[in-house]
Amino acid sequence: MTKHLELTGVSIEFPTPKGSFKALDNVNLKIARGEFVSLIGHSGCGKSTVLNIVAGLYQSTTGGVVLDGKEVNEPGPERAVVFQNHSLLPWLTAYENVELAVKQVFKGKKSKAEMKAWIEHNLELVHMTHAMHKRPDEISGGMKQRVGIARALAMEPKVLLMDEPFGALDALTRAHLQDSLMEIQKDLNNTVIMITHDVDEAVLLSDRIVMMTNGPAATVGEILDIELERPRNRIQLADDAQYNHYRHEVLSFLYEKQRKVEDIGQHRSQKAAADNTQETAPAKKQAQA
Amino acid sequence: MTSIRMTLAGVSSIAGVKSNDTLGSWFKRMLGALGLPLLGLAVFLFIWQAGAKQIDTSLGQFPGPTQVYEQSVALYAEHMSERERETAFYERQEQRNAERVAKDPNYVPKIRDYTGKPTFFDQIGTSLVTVLAGFAIAALIAIPLGICIGLNASLYAALNPIIQLFKPVSPLAWLPLVTMVVSAAYVTDDPMFAKSFLTSLFTVALCCLWPTLINTAVGVSAVSQDLQNVSKVLRLSWMTHVVKIVLPSSVPMIFTGLRLSLGIAWMVLIAAEMLAQNPGLGKFVWDEFQNGSSDSLGRIMVAVLVIGLIGFLLDRIMLLLQRRVSWDKNAITR
Repeated sequence: MTKHLELTGVSIEFPTPKGSFKALDNVNLKIARGEFVSLIGHSGCGKSTVLNIVAGLYQSTTGGVVLDGKEVNEPGPERAVVFQNHSLLPWLTAYENVELAVKQVFKGKKSKAEMKAWIEHNLELVHMTHAMHKRPDEISGGMKQRVGIARALAMEPKVLLMDEPFGALDALTRAHLQDSLMEIQKDLNNTVIMITHDVDEAVLLSDRIVMMTNGPAATVGEILDIELERPRNRIQLADDAQYNHYRHEVLSFLYEKQRKVEDIGQHRSQKAAADNTQETAPAKKQAQA
Repeated sequence: MTSIRMTLAGVSSIAGVKSNDTLGSWFKRMLGALGLPLLGLAVFLFIWQAGAKQIDTSLGQFPGPTQVYEQSVALYAEHMSERERETAFYERQEQRNAERVAKDPNYVPKIRDYTGKPTFFDQIGTSLVTVLAGFAIAALIAIPLGICIGLNASLYAALNPIIQLFKPVSPLAWLPLVTMVVSAAYVTDDPMFAKSFLTSLFTVALCCLWPTLINTAVGVSAVSQDLQNVSKVLRLSWMTHVVKIVLPSSVPMIFTGLRLSLGIAWMVLIAAEMLAQNPGLGKFVWDEFQNGSSDSLGRIMVAVLVIGLIGFLLDRIMLLLQRRVSWDKNAITR
């Protein structure tokens, strides 16, 4: 079986004044079409870096990413990103934000009426039709993230990349959006890579959970297949032995095998090193999760 | 029936209470919005009047509010009588020409312009036109250049020393150079613009383009990384990127720059007009100073207040425009 998306030997180094800093080392991952994969790991382990390399926003130092037989070396709408802090253009309404993406991707392929219908269809998928002519500062955080998802879906991407999409939301809103996402995923069956900190979120949504070791030189630690029946229901699963077993697996990876060993002094020096990298690496302006 | 009446009574009583309430809060708000500024103004006028009496100059007493009021009335009267004389002049000219044409059908009538002295209000008009034209030129140069500098870090590094060098230069230093260059470069028999106008114009533009340039560059270079990533993922073309992402996102900063520029333009213009004897409010002030009559100081004071008022109004207009155009309604716009 040929794989849809393949990361082979991906390593990345960022230049710092004290020499280069190796953030990722030899990351290998194969993802099938329609698969929902979560990346989980401690802060600073390079999850976002992996995502940004797949998105084409960073270039790997060695190794590479191949999507449907083509190498990824620049960003593009076939790898749509849902950013952690929604990244909507604040001067455009929800509709216009999605429109910007749709016009760019379907220029010359869809008529004006088709585009309008397509934009509205995608806003409907995320239940945002009631507020589609409001600007981001007029809607709540959860609604902004919904629009962000609609914008990404509207690009009809081959891979949907989600960088802690619900990380900034409160627990109830997050649960609501997770349910929406499962519903959408049932219909569209997209290939998704999602970064998360949340063990429950990872187990609930994923087909596979990729657990990453701590940085520097982070890499794939373990991969856990989640064989829970879909549709999944969070209330039933809360009492499900299999579900709890998966949770246990992830938790034990994070807190036993990859426990962050840090006394205060060491933590400080690590943080300083991380700060240095961020200041000096030009391509690395984004906060690295 | 009774129930309807009761509801009606209930509604009207609620409405009554409500309108009383809003009236009370409205009164409070008006007191805050108008009362305190008016109080401040009254105290200022009192101190001014009392202080002015203490200052004696070789041109008489320093003008207080009363003298200023008298002089503004006088200036208005002068303006009106000058306008009357102008109309009369054109009427006489027309009449004379008509008579000569009646006597001799081959006569081509000559039209001469009225050459009376410009009044205070004429000078205000001249200054306003000049400042707006100079400001427009500065904005037309500074905004596109600022966008280029903001987008290109190397260009910014290359131009920054030059900007920092010219930014603090006083208009008075530019003026002689601009005057000589305009005289040398603008040589026509039938000038569309007066040389004095061009000199003031370019001096204003040279001095006021820097804040807009710098603020535009900063605004453009500060477009958030997230939005730039959105642009990259969408593969927006350079032009779309600038129009859809960069420009809207830097509009608040551009307007901050424009407001600073307009303020500077107005200050620079008055100084330039005084020094170069170019028509405008500055020349009015200088002429009155040289004139040295007992009314002069009062008339200068009128000019000072009018200059302040116009500066304030220009800033308000820019602010309104900014609120109109900017998407960021939460930005501090004062």
